[in-house]
Parts: sequence; C-alpha cells; structure tokens
Amino acid sequence: MMAMPDAMYGGHSGVTSSDKPLEYRDPNQSVKILGFWLFLATDMLLFGCLFATYLVVRTHTDGGPTARSIFDIPGFTLETFFLLTSSFTGGLSTLAMRNGNKKALVSWLAVTIALGLAFIGLEVHEFIGDVAAGATWERSAFLSAFFTLVGTHGSHVTVGLVWMFLTLLQVAKRGITPITARKVFVVNLYWHFLDVVWVFIFTVVYLSGRVM
Amino acid sequence: MPSGFMQFADKYLMWKEGPMIWGSDVAILLVSIGIVFALTYFHKWKWLWREWITTVDHKKIGIMYLICALLMLFRGGADAELLRTQLAIPNNHFLSAEHYDQIFTTHGTIMILFMAMPFIFALFNIVVPLQIGARDVAFPYLNAISFWLFFFAAMLFNLSFVFGGSPDASWVSYPPLSELGFDPGPGENYYLLALQITGIGSIATGINFLATIFKMRAPGMKLMHMPLFTWSTVAACVVIIFAFPALAIAIALLTLDRIFGTHFFTILHGGNPMMFVNLFWVWGHPEVYIVVLPAFGVYSEVVATFARKRIFGYSSMVASLMLISVISYFVWAHHFFTMGAGADVNTFFAVASMLVGIPTGVKVFNWLFTMYRGRIRMTLPMLWTIAFVPCFAIGGATGIMLAAAPADYQYHNSYFLIAHFHQVLIGGVVFGMLAGMYYWWPKMFGFKLDERLGRWAFWFFNIGFYVCFMPQYALGFMGMQRRMYTYPADMGWNTLNLISTIGAYIMAIGFVFIVIQVLYSVKYGERDLTGDPWDGRTLEWSLPSPAPHYNFAVIPTVTSRDVWWELKEQGRTDELKPKAEDIKPIHMPKNSARPFLMGLAFFVAGFGFVFDLLWLGFLGLAGVVACLIARALEYNDDYHIPVHEVVETEATLGRLG
Ligand code: HEM
Ligand SMILES: [Cu+2]
Repeated sequence: MMAMPDAMYGGHSGVTSSDKPLEYRDPNQSVKILGFWLFLATDMLLFGCLFATYLVVRTHTDGGPTARSIFDIPGFTLETFFLLTSSFTGGLSTLAMRNGNKKALVSWLAVTIALGLAFIGLEVHEFIGDVAAGATWERSAFLSAFFTLVGTHGSHVTVGLVWMFLTLLQVAKRGITPITARKVFVVNLYWHFLDVVWVFIFTVVYLSGRVM
Repeated sequence: MPSGFMQFADKYLMWKEGPMIWGSDVAILLVSIGIVFALTYFHKWKWLWREWITTVDHKKIGIMYLICALLMLFRGGADAELLRTQLAIPNNHFLSAEHYDQIFTTHGTIMILFMAMPFIFALFNIVVPLQIGARDVAFPYLNAISFWLFFFAAMLFNLSFVFGGSPDASWVSYPPLSELGFDPGPGENYYLLALQITGIGSIATGINFLATIFKMRAPGMKLMHMPLFTWSTVAACVVIIFAFPALAIAIALLTLDRIFGTHFFTILHGGNPMMFVNLFWVWGHPEVYIVVLPAFGVYSEVVATFARKRIFGYSSMVASLMLISVISYFVWAHHFFTMGAGADVNTFFAVASMLVGIPTGVKVFNWLFTMYRGRIRMTLPMLWTIAFVPCFAIGGATGIMLAAAPADYQYHNSYFLIAHFHQVLIGGVVFGMLAGMYYWWPKMFGFKLDERLGRWAFWFFNIGFYVCFMPQYALGFMGMQRRMYTYPADMGWNTLNLISTIGAYIMAIGFVFIVIQVLYSVKYGERDLTGDPWDGRTLEWSLPSPAPHYNFAVIPTVTSRDVWWELKEQGRTDELKPKAEDIKPIHMPKNSARPFLMGLAFFVAGFGFVFDLLWLGFLGLAGVVACLIARALEYNDDYHIPVHEVVETEATLGRLG
C-alpha cells in the first residue's frame, strides 16, 4: 500500500490546485517564489543604498571628468534599448512556458540572452572608453560611485545571463515541469527587476547627468 | 632560525608582541591537536561529517549556532575582562594603547555580530519550526549555507588575532580612520570581509524564516494564533532584510576604498566619510532591535509559561513588535547628533527615538500584568526574565536621556553611553538569550540544566552587572570618555573604575558557573522524559525531547492560541499522538556537503582579499560560483522517510496513539 506523501516538509498537506499558473501549483515551488520576492526586496535596498551614495557624491568630481563629459547619449540609449527589449522577450518566454510551448520557450530565452549579451558588451565598451579617457574609479568620488553603481548592475546582469543559460539547458533537457517552470519564472523575475533598476540608472544617472 | 621565517613570524605571526600572542598560539595549537586526536581516537570523524557538517536539520543547525554563540561570548567576555583590567587603576600599562584599541574593536564586533546574532539564530532554528508545526524551515539547504557563512566569517575574524593583527578602528570602523592611509594593516580588512560574509548569511536567514512562517504553519494556525516568539522572529526578520543591505553596502564601499583605491569615504578626491556613518547606522540601529526583539519573544513565552497564564494583551504584544520594527528604522541619526545636521534633523530623530519607548513600555506592562496574580514558578528562565525588567527599564530611561539631542552633546561618547548600551544589550539581549537557552535546553538535549548551579551563575552575573556598569554612568558625568586606554590619577575616577572592574570579574565568575552548570548537567541534569518539562503552552512541548528529526509524525491541526495548553486543559492531548494509520511517507530534504564547502570557499576568498592576494580572492569566489552552479543543476535533493520507519520511531518513543 502506498499512501500519498505529504508534499513538503511544511504544514501544507500538499494540495496542488490546477487553477493556478504552473509555477505556483506545487507548494514546494511556490514557496521558493515567495523567498525570491523577499530576496528581491533586499537586492532593491542594496541598489537603494548605492543610489543614495551616488546622489551624495555625484558632484564631487574633484576637478576631474564630470557626468556631462563622459556620458555618451547614443551609447546609453542603445544599452537601454537592448535591455528593455530583452525584458520584453523574457516576458514572452514566461508566456511560452505557461502555454507549455517548449520550443518557443527555449527560443525566447535564447533571444533574451543574446540581447543581454549585447547590453553587457556595450557597457564594457563604454567603461573601457571611460578608463582610456582617464575617467577611472580612482579619480574621484563621483567616478567611484558611478562605476560601482552601474558596475553592480552590470555584474547582476552577467549573473543573470549565466543563470538564464543554465535554465535554458534544463528546459531543453527536462522539458516544462513544475520545477523548470518555477525556474523560468524566477529567472525572469530577476531579469525584470534588473530592468527596473536600469530604468532608474537611466534617469537618475545618465539623463540627469546630461541635463543637470 | 632562517631569517625568512623570522620575518614572516614578525610580520604575520606577530611574535614580537609578546606572551599574549605566544600563549594564544600555543592554546590554539593544543586545542586543535586535542580535537583532532579526540575525533580520531573515538572514531568520530564520520559522525561529525554525517551528523553535523552536512546536516540541513534545523535543530542541529540551531545547536551549532548555540555552541558558537557561547564560544564567542567567551571570547568577547575575555576581551572585556582585559579591557576592564587595563582600566582598573590609573596610568596602567597592562595593555598598550594599540592593544586596547584592538581589543575593544574585537570585543564590540564579536559581541554584536558573532555572539548576539548566532544566539538569536540558534533560537530561531530550534524553536520556530517546532512552534508552528513544520518539519523544517522553508529552505533547509539555504539555512545550512547561512550557518556556514557565519561560522567561517567568525573563523576569519578570530584568525586576525594570531595572523596579521586584529582590527583596531572600533566596531563601527568610521572612515577616514579606517581608510588605508590611517590604518594600513590587514586587521581592518579582516573586519570588513568577515562582516560581509556573515551579513550575507544573515540576510538569507531573514528571508528563510519569513518564508517559513508565512508558508509552513500547521493547518489552522492563523497569524494571530502564532506564539509570540514566532512573532518576534517575524519582526526581527523584517528588520534584517531591510537593514542588512545597508551594512553590506557600507562595508563593501569601504572595502573598495581600501583594496581597489576608490574614494567613497576618503577625504581626498571628494569622498564623504559621513556617508559611511549614515549607511552604517541605517543598519546599526535596527541591528540592536534585531537582537532584542527575539529576546522579547523569549520573555513572552517564559512569562506565560511560568505564571501559568495566557499572555496579557496578546494583540498589543504583536502590534508593538511590528511597530518597534518600523520605528527602529527611523532613528539612526541619534548616533551622531553631533554631526551638525541641524536642529530640524536632530529633532526628527530625537522624537522618533523617544517614540520607540512607547511600544516597548506596552510590552513591559503586559509582562508585568501577565505575572500579576499568576502562580509564578521561580525557575531559571523566569529568574532571568524578572531580572531583565528593572535592568531594561533603567537602560530605557537612560536611552531616553541620550535621545534628547541637546543633552546628548554632553553624554555623547562618554561612559554614560557605554553604561547605557551595555545595560540594554546585556540586560535585554544576553538575559533574554540565556532565559531562552535555559527554557529550550531540555527540548534540544533531553535534559534540564541544573537549577542550583544556575542560581549561582544568575546571582553572580546580576550583581556583577550592576557593580560593573552603574559606576560608569557616574564616570560619564565626570567626563570620562569611551575608548580611553588609560587615564591620569587626579581625575577623581579611580575608585569608580576599580569598582567597575571588580564588577566585571564578578560577572566572569557568573559565566564560569554557567560552564560548570552545563558540564555538570550533561551527566547529572534532570532527564526530560515527558517532552513537556515546564508544563508549557505551545506546540514544541507536545513533542518528545529531543524531537525526532522529522519533528511531527503527523502535522497537527491548530484551532487556537496556546494549543498545547488548551488540549491539556481539556484532557485531549492524545489527539496529538500519531495513529499508525494516519502516518504517511514524510518528505524531507537530503543532507549536503555543499553549504560547508561554500562557506570554505568564502573563507578562502575573504582571506585572499584581506591580504590583497587578489588571485586567491577570486579563486575563492570561483569556488562559490561553482557551488551555486552545482546547486542550480541539482534535482534529487529530497527523499521520503517510509511509513514503517516513522511508525517504529514513534513506537520506541511510546507515542503511537
Ligand atoms: C561581560 C560583560 C561586559 C563587559 C565587562 C564589557 C566591557 C566593555 C568595555 C570595557 C568596553 C570598552 C569601552 C571603551 O573603552 O570605550 C566595551 C565596549 C563595547 N561593548 Fe562591552 N562589555 C560586556 C559585554 C558586552 C555585550 C554582551 C555586548 C553586546 C551584546 C557588548 C558590546 C559592546 C560594544 C558594541 C562596545 C563598543 C566597542 C567600540 O567602542 O567599538 N559588550 N565593553
Ligand atoms: Cu540607535
């Protein structure tokens, strides 16, 4: 005789309801989504502190390069275009996951990764250009804060790319299961979050840097 | 000896510094050899690895946190005794100025981050899943990672004493003093990296317990049915996830300044040191609430149990916990009223600081009303709880005095402040953690700690406390500043300082009694065969002591607050005994070595960055990434305990209904 096991080591006695989206159906997976939201809250505060620091020292250029002199409008506009588009394609991958369309899911993840790579490539290019022009992070408090804030975002994106690639491999290998569905959902949450942070970087750092 | 070795010994092993270092080296060597020998002799390596190092069981992780917290209390306490010995008489040269600086830095940092934090995590782990009727936390694997990050960070921090030199810029490490230009040695790097590593673990714990409490309560347990310790965990975890990121950024930026040459907080090139001070206290003040809120939770459990009454004003207890956690976030500038932010800013923070007193006062009155007309049993947990009330009341009152911004210009950084915060940290946090340790000890280990020895410890510690810290209020008024390594004989401070030092020694005797008590009770302590040694009220007391590793054979259904007490009143306790036919296979997480390895990788990375060995730092980080990737690709991390095994375990425990 094989009784139904409890679905998780928690109190919920494993009722899986099918009116929820796939990634939420298994309580073992949905609790991870909650955990991830909490993580995002802490990550948001991390960025909040970096933004605050940037705002405090953004005019402390110590006679060195200023925001106006180093921010390159076509460059950061193109970066924004790539990242925002990638967030959209990431959303399409979630949609494909919910529709159970594995092929579309894998392709949209691949497109998202490609766009993310383009973003990172541009950012690295931008940083190399700045450094070549003498705008290093040792030069002034403003540049320290700029590179740290934007660089932290960039390294988050890099982590996101590796993670999304790993997710893609797992979907390709295992198909769409409650576990891979949750993974696709969570990595996309992360991706959208980074997109939102970028919108703030775009306005607070780049746009205001050019006009103020 | 070859000169290369002598150079190394002088630079890194600090053998020039004299007997204290040699003594520690020898002690560390002997203890390590002793441990290795004992483990080998008793064939315990496998046991250590299987049962502890790779465990993801919240109860075992809790016990490991507890052991570490007690060891760190010892280290921090030894530091404190050294400091007080130095201050016992004027013009003393027992410690040099440099050593005094190092010791108060390690004392403060260890007490807050490596004693108080693991102590609360110990109780979270041991108590919360049992109180809410869960079989583990939401993310057991992550829980193990948190522990090992804490553990290796504590190792890294303590290593500084014998390898490279201790940090010496105080536990707040304000720049520019803590910048490379003024503080070149590796000590400050140790501080920064150890805090960074343990901080990541703390954030993960905050997330973990919130998810656990929100998602894994037993069926029927509404939020307002939860025991107050669990509520205090919610409050503390909310503060953790909102406050710790600020610490992470503050010390990350300082690390960048020191290791990579940026200018966030230097005076040069436009840096702004006050930004660090703000970020630090945006974490720092909430931090003191992070450690005191769980203590409040302990007091609430203890008072209700030993007064044999429902807690008075349950909802107001919950509301005040949550209110404190919100207000604690808006008071940080009271640590630097003297910064010169202006009257309006100071007024805001002064008023907010005083407001915290209101919910705290509500709690104190609720505890008193619970005791009122209760049939109080003076057990050890209750003694510490009762001692907490006046101690915290005085600490709170002097806190309000400090919060009055204009007056603070007088007390700021004086011994008045030292007395105040030790009164709330010891009277609030340490008393609470000890009360919690005594209360849940039988649940962890299956026996009680000896009452008689515990009472000796209690009286020594308490009397010592007042003898040590009351004179310091007066010393503060008389102009004695904190962080002075010595003072001239004609200030009129001699007697009070001597008394204070004697008090510190009396407290040390109290601590020794606790150690004796634990050792004695392992052998002779009263065994707890019922699982409910205190006649408790909440679910953890419905389980045998110690609880089986799956906790609940059948998850109970909860219908009220203090369920276990209600069931006892109604003579329905048998309902919680599992029936063989109700038992199903139990889903459990598998053990894993990876959390330990990840901690080790962080240790390597931290060590590399401390000594500017960037290749080693990045090698360690690569290890961390490897662990993360391996985890991402892992699928079989859980298993089911078959029914017959559960039935057998429950039958041997004599619990089958
Ligand atoms: C055994 C009882 C204790 C004694 C005798 C003691 C004594 C001292 C002394 C002498 C100082 C240095 C004062 C100065 O020169 O400025 C100090 C600082 C400090 N203590 Fe304690 N202490 C004790 C317990 C604790 C506990 C339990 C905590 C925290 C939970 C704590 C937290 C601190 C902090 C944060 C500092 C400030 C360090 C700094 O200035 O950077 N202490 N303590
Ligand atoms: Cu404060």
